[in-house]
Formats: sequence, C-alpha cells, structure tokens
Amino acid sequence: MEAEKYQIDLGNLMAYDPSHHFQPLPSSREELSRQCLEKGTELVQGVVNALFSLPSTEDLDGPIVRLPEPSTRLPREKHLPRPKPPTKWELFAKMKGIKNRKKDKRVFDERTGTWKRRYGYDRVNDDRDVPIIEAKMTDELGEDPFSKRKDEKKKRVDKQEKNRLQNLKQVFKAGDLPSHIQLAATALPITGTQKVIPKKASKEELEDVAGMAATATASGGKFDKKLPGEKPAKHTGKHRKFLPVVEGKGMGAQEKEQTEKILNKLMARSSHDILDVDRAVTMFNVKTEKQRKREKEVSLSSTSNKLKSNKKAFKRSSKKKE
Amino acid sequence: MLKIKTPKTLKAKRALDKRAPKLVENAKKTLILHGTKTSYVLNAVLAQIFHLKKGLAVKFSRKNENIRPFESSGETSLEFFSLKTDCSFFVFGSHSKKRPNNLILGRMYDHHIYDLVEVGVENFTPIESFKYDKKIAPRQGSKPFFAFIGENFESVDELKHLKEVLLDHFRGEIVENLNLTGVDRVFVCTAISSTTVSFKHCAIRLKKSGTSIPRIELIEVGPSMDLVVRRHRLPNEAVKKQAMKAAPMQPRKIKNVSRDEVKGKIGKIYMPDQQVGGLALSNNIKGLKRERREGKTKDKRDDQDLSKKMRTEESH
Repeated sequence: MEAEKYQIDLGNLMAYDPSHHFQPLPSSREELSRQCLEKGTELVQGVVNALFSLPSTEDLDGPIVRLPEPSTRLPREKHLPRPKPPTKWELFAKMKGIKNRKKDKRVFDERTGTWKRRYGYDRVNDDRDVPIIEAKMTDELGEDPFSKRKDEKKKRVDKQEKNRLQNLKQVFKAGDLPSHIQLAATALPITGTQKVIPKKASKEELEDVAGMAATATASGGKFDKKLPGEKPAKHTGKHRKFLPVVEGKGMGAQEKEQTEKILNKLMARSSHDILDVDRAVTMFNVKTEKQRKREKEVSLSSTSNKLKSNKKAFKRSSKKKE
Repeated sequence: MLKIKTPKTLKAKRALDKRAPKLVENAKKTLILHGTKTSYVLNAVLAQIFHLKKGLAVKFSRKNENIRPFESSGETSLEFFSLKTDCSFFVFGSHSKKRPNNLILGRMYDHHIYDLVEVGVENFTPIESFKYDKKIAPRQGSKPFFAFIGENFESVDELKHLKEVLLDHFRGEIVENLNLTGVDRVFVCTAISSTTVSFKHCAIRLKKSGTSIPRIELIEVGPSMDLVVRRHRLPNEAVKKQAMKAAPMQPRKIKNVSRDEVKGKIGKIYMPDQQVGGLALSNNIKGLKRERREGKTKDKRDDQDLSKKMRTEESH
C-alpha cells in the first residue's frame, strides 16, 4: 500500500516520493533536517522492504540477493562496440563457402619422427632444413636457388603485411579500430573517433624542400660539400629563360620572331595613320545621341518646375478658403 | 605506407583494452578539479566528494585556468583530461563574485561533454562536525540507497535534471548481486524550494523488528549541503539517442542439460579430443634445451687444461 505512493527503482536502490511537499516550510534548520530524515527513513524502509523480500542465497558473508535491472535509464559512457567489417579474405571465403577449421599447433614430423610446431621456430617441413636443392632444366644459370627462396618468402611476408594494413584501414574507416592498434600514431587518439590520417609528403615535395635548403647559402650552394649519393638540386630557382640573341641556326631566329611579335602588337595599338571608318561612324553616332539627350533633359526640368509652382499655389488657395 | 603501432608489452595491451568501448561497461569514474579560484568551503566540498567516491575518482589539485564548461572552447582541456584519466563524470569547483561557491556537475559521452548542471553550495556541514558511533560508518565503495523527496523533482525541469545527474554520479558500481549485510549508506535529497535541494549523506542502521525485514534507522554522517541550481545544459538530442542505446541482451543458452519426467535433470558430458596442441616440445623443457655455446667452449677448455696438467705431472 505504502509502496504504491513512491516510485521505487530497486536496481538503483532508489525511492522517490513525488507527492510530498512541506506544508509550511519549517523555520529552523534543525526542524527541516529532522523532517527530511524522517521522510527519508520512510522511503528507505520502503526500498528495504522490497529488497529483503527478494529471494536470497546464503553465503559465508551473509545473504546475497539478485538485484533486478535498474528502471531509470542512464546514458552510456562510450558508444556500443561496432561490428568489425570483414577482411578481404573473409569476404572471399564467404563467397566461396570456405569454412575455417581449427588445426593443431603440433604436427608429427615423419622425417625425424618427432613432434614439431606447425609454424615458427623449428617447424615441420621447413624449407631451410633442406640443404640441397636439385637443379632443374628450367633453372637459369648464375641464380642462387637459396637466395631466391629467401626472396620469395620475404615477398610473401611483405604482401601479407600490406594486406593487413589495407584491412586495418577499412576497420578504421568504419570507426572501430581495436583499442590496442594505432595507425600513424602521432595524430590519432587512443580512443574516440577522429578520422584524419596525416598526409605523407610526396617525393616531389621533399625534393623541392631539399633543393631549397641546399641553395640557401650566399653562393647558392655552389661551394657546399656534397653528401655521398646526393643529387644536384632539381629546382635551382631559375625560371626565366632567355633565348640567344646572336643569329644562329634555329634559336636566334626564334628570338627575333618573339620580339617582332611584341613590337607589332604595340605598333598596331598606337597607329593613327589609318582611318578606322567603323569606329569613326560609331563615335559620330554616340556624339549626336548624347546631344539629343541633353536637350531633352533641359525641357523636362523646366516642365517639372512649373508643376511644383502649381502645387504651391493650390495649397495656398486651400488655406485661404479656411 | 602507414605505420601500425601496437603495444609492446602485454601490460600495455591490457591497459588499453580496459578503456575500450564495451558491451557491459566499467563503472564510470569521476574527475574532480578546481578552477582558478576556490573558496575554503569549496575546497572542503571537493575533498569530501572525493572521499565519498574513493576508488572511482581522480582528483586534480592544481588550478585550471581555461576550463569554462558552459562556454564554447572552454571544454577542450576538460575533454583532454577526461580522455587521459578515462573519467566520464567531472565535478568542477570555482568561486567568483558573480557565482560564489560554484560547483559544476557534468557527464561525458565518448569523452565529449554530454550534459551540465551548475549548482551553488550553501550551508555546507563537513563530515568532521557530525558525532556518531564510528562502528556504523559506511564502508568505502558500498552501494548507496537514494531517497528523493519533493514534487519539484518532477515539475521543475532543472531539478528533474539534477536528480538524474545526482543519481548517476553517486550510485557507484552497477551490481547484479548485493550482499544484504553491506547495506550501510543512503543519500537523502529533498527539494526545499523550486531551486534548492538539500543533500544529506546518512548511515543506515539495521534493527531487529521480529520479522525477516529489519527496521531501519538513519544517522546523519555528513557531508550535508544545500545545492542551489544555477545554469544547466541538457544533452543534445542526437547524442542522447546514441548514449541511451542499450546493449542487446541475449539470454545465455543452457547447453547439454535436459529434463526428463522420470529421471529428472539430465546432463550430457562430452569427452573432448586429445589436445595435441599443448604438447611440450624438447626445447620447451629446460633440462632438454640445447647447450649454450659459451658453456660448451668453456667446458672444452677446462678439459684441455686438465689434460695439460696431467701431462706436465707425468713429465715431472
């Protein structure tokens, strides 16, 4: 009966009395505090009644009850874990219907008659344990079969690493990178959802910067010591090119052509000796048009003046009538 | 190519996994910090809130200049601290002429501010000024009860919000099983007026009543204070929707147990295949490990020395 008056959330051990209010607010603090505690005791008794009537199991430390789910909904701390997007292999395996089967970590090696690891150090069927590779007819001359095998292995490992990174990038885009993996550690937070991968400087950009640094001396880097393997700067800072002035086979003529072209352009703009008939006609037309306009304006302004004076006269007359 | 960075030690990996988003979350931690100026009262309030929440709280003791949670760009360093300490509650105390004894209670979602309530502290009574039998003092980390009294908690928006925030801040860990002997504390919050809430911390004393349900008695153990609501900011609707998402609950499947009317409960037992994977190899056993190279050469030299000596002795 009492319990119906309160809202009880047993999961949070909370009771709320929405009906209570102080009739006259007590004047002294002691009185107020006493009333609060009284009411509080009543509410907590309500929760305790519900709590102690739950089925309990005896334990060494005392009776233990199972609390129901909290009914007051409170927000989460972090987002729900998002499903990881499938890797390329997983997609492929699903398409082909390939099922993942567990394999034993230890395999019996028939050659030595012992148990060995499937992968890793001292593994079964290790290529490196084979000391002799028999020559085939297809073999190229001068190629070391051992180093070739080593290279191939390294390539496979590199490829796998590349694939792994690609898959991780996909996971990163989906926004649920495992907390223990960071991509390009400098700019990414441990958790949270920041989606900026820092851009790596391209080869050209690096070359530009290196060139600028190399020529940043008084002599333009002419007398600087070169590092072993350092190439000359690609962009020395010279961009204007001058063609040779002296007439030669091809280039000299080019220079002449270039200057002539510019000269012609200039001369054409300021040439007065030839009369441009079209231009003269339009100029004449514009002039006459302007004159006509001016005359019109003069006549308009005179008429508007008349109108104004008329108005004033009318007003004056209306006043007189009153 | 990008660099993949993984923790180098297992300890580091565990530490990172601990803070990752989970289906069933860890208990939320509280960050307690100061503004540029805090009064004597507020220092005590912050210290005692830290005391109440010990085990699930981090307290910073330095002054923080650029934390103003209600203003834009005033929350940057707060969010950074939250990320560093993995806290999703914060209690920020500051004291100014305009807002004396100011306490900002806030919650974070995904290390961004979720909501805020600003309260002024009045009539603060510290723990030390309450005299009571120390045997009944609440133990650290025990699950508290809550009693909210007053219609204003429902009718006034600010108080409704404050009620939720107070409940979230002080409820401690979410537990499934509760030991009934560990019931020892309660927070009594009373809405005195439409802006003021009296906040009291009491110990519970269980007394015999003759039935299985005990009669309880509340003894105030402090701290107690009046909280006057000033500003508050409700969560963004979109963020709220995200944060309120509950984990999909699936009842656990009970395997290999069936019931028979005659025989009763029947359990099946499977004998798993032999595990070859755990087989110890010769170099996993210390005694069978290959000899160290240094040891080998040293032994040989000793042998040679010995033989030399023998020879010299013979010659003598």
